[in-house]
Formats: sequence, C-alpha cells, structure tokens
Amino acid sequence: MSSLTKGESPLRSEHDIVLARQQVRRLTQELKFSLVDQTKMVTAASELARNALIYGRGGAMYWEVLQVESRTGLKLLFADEGPGIANMDLAMTDGWTSGNGLGMGLTGAKRLVNEFEIDSKVNGGTRVTITRWK
Amino acid sequence: MEKIPILRMGEFLLVTIQIDMHDQLALKLQDDLSNAIQKNATKGVLIDISSLEMVDSFIGRMVADISGMGKILGAETILVGMQPAVAITLVELGLSLPGVATALNVERGMALLRRKIDADGADVVTH
Repeated sequence: MSSLTKGESPLRSEHDIVLARQQVRRLTQELKFSLVDQTKMVTAASELARNALIYGRGGAMYWEVLQVESRTGLKLLFADEGPGIANMDLAMTDGWTSGNGLGMGLTGAKRLVNEFEIDSKVNGGTRVTITRWK
Repeated sequence: MEKIPILRMGEFLLVTIQIDMHDQLALKLQDDLSNAIQKNATKGVLIDISSLEMVDSFIGRMVADISGMGKILGAETILVGMQPAVAITLVELGLSLPGVATALNVERGMALLRRKIDADGADVVTH
C-alpha cells in the first residue's frame, strides 16, 4: 500500500493523459478494486483528463484516497483554467460536443463512477470531481 | 519515432496494439493503416486489442473510423480480443461501436474475415 493518500499529476500534454491513467490504474490496483472497477475509473479519468487538456487548455488531476469507516474509495479532481462551460445542460447531453469529439466524455465518465460533481464558471475554468468506492 | 507495427499476413493485415497509446499515436495508426490497405489492396484487417486495458471514447472512435474507412477502401475490419472488463466499461460509457465487427480472438476473427470475403466474392458471381 502506498504511504501517500494524496497527490497530483499535471495535464499539460497528450502524454500526461497517458500518465494520468497509469497513475489511476496503480492507485485502483493498490486499493484492490475489482478489474472492472479499475477499468471504469481509468476510463473515466482518461475522458476527463482529455477534456481538461483540450477544452480546458490544460490543468491538473488531483487524487485522494478516501477511507470512511470501512469503505475505501478514490476521489479524482480534474481542474482546468479554461473558458468554462457556458451551457451545462447541453454539456451534459450525450453526443453533444463543442469540439470534434464524440460528446461522450462528460456523460460517459459520469456513468462510470459512483459520485460525480461538476463546477464551471465562464472564463473561470472547470472542476470535475469523481469518486468510486470499492 | 513511436509506431504501431502493421503486419501483412497473406491477404490480411494484422495490427496488435500492445501499448497504452496517446492520442496522436492512435491517429497515426489510423493514417498508416489506411495507406497500408490501399497499398496492399487488402481485403481484411484484424485489430488485436487483447493487450489493451482500457478503451476510451477516443480509441473507440479511432476503431470505428478505421472500420468505416476500410469499408470505403474495400476492406473488412474485425476488432478482436477485447477484454471483458473493457467491453463492460465501453458499453457503460455509451459506446457500443455500431458497425464494427468483433471476434473473441485472432483465430476466430480470421475465420470471420474469410467468410465475409468469400460471401462478397460469391455475390459478384451470382449477380
């Protein structure tokens, strides 16, 4: 078990997306998540990391291991300083994209985790927090 | 420079993705593969993802695009070896990869390709 319970990974380049998902894979393995749960969390992280890089012009992923009574979980925060999301309802619609993606990133990531929170201000960046419990 | 190898196996092309690809590498593979299909007049492509531990919407889209592009160039594409955890995650993510043929492993994928190509050949003869 890693002695660290918190950390961060920068999201400044495409390679950082790969590093972020490898970091999430390691953490979920250390926490002994099932293989399916590991894969879901890694995939959600990949989607949100890419969003932070492409739409948010870069930022960081902050991770934290949660221990609440006997429950263990992993919380990830993706923060960017980008333009923010003007229309949240639209952004949370399957298949809608402001770029040239598939429009599955945000909504897809939400379906892959237990808790999902998004906070965005126009010109003030976007913060997405996801948690998956073991 | 990083590159995913494309192997020629008789009349087919085989691509085995064994590394965690960054987005540009996935796009490069898409490019390389369409060139290889054209150059070899390939009828069938097998993409083996049995080593991939994750497929997100970007890689999913690349696979769907390769399959669509291949079709236009006269090649059938079969995605083989997807791990169960990856399949479960993909569906929950909302990507069911419509239009992409899949098989459990390379062997079955190859058999499926043969059948598809033979069926196409038969069509030409009977019509």
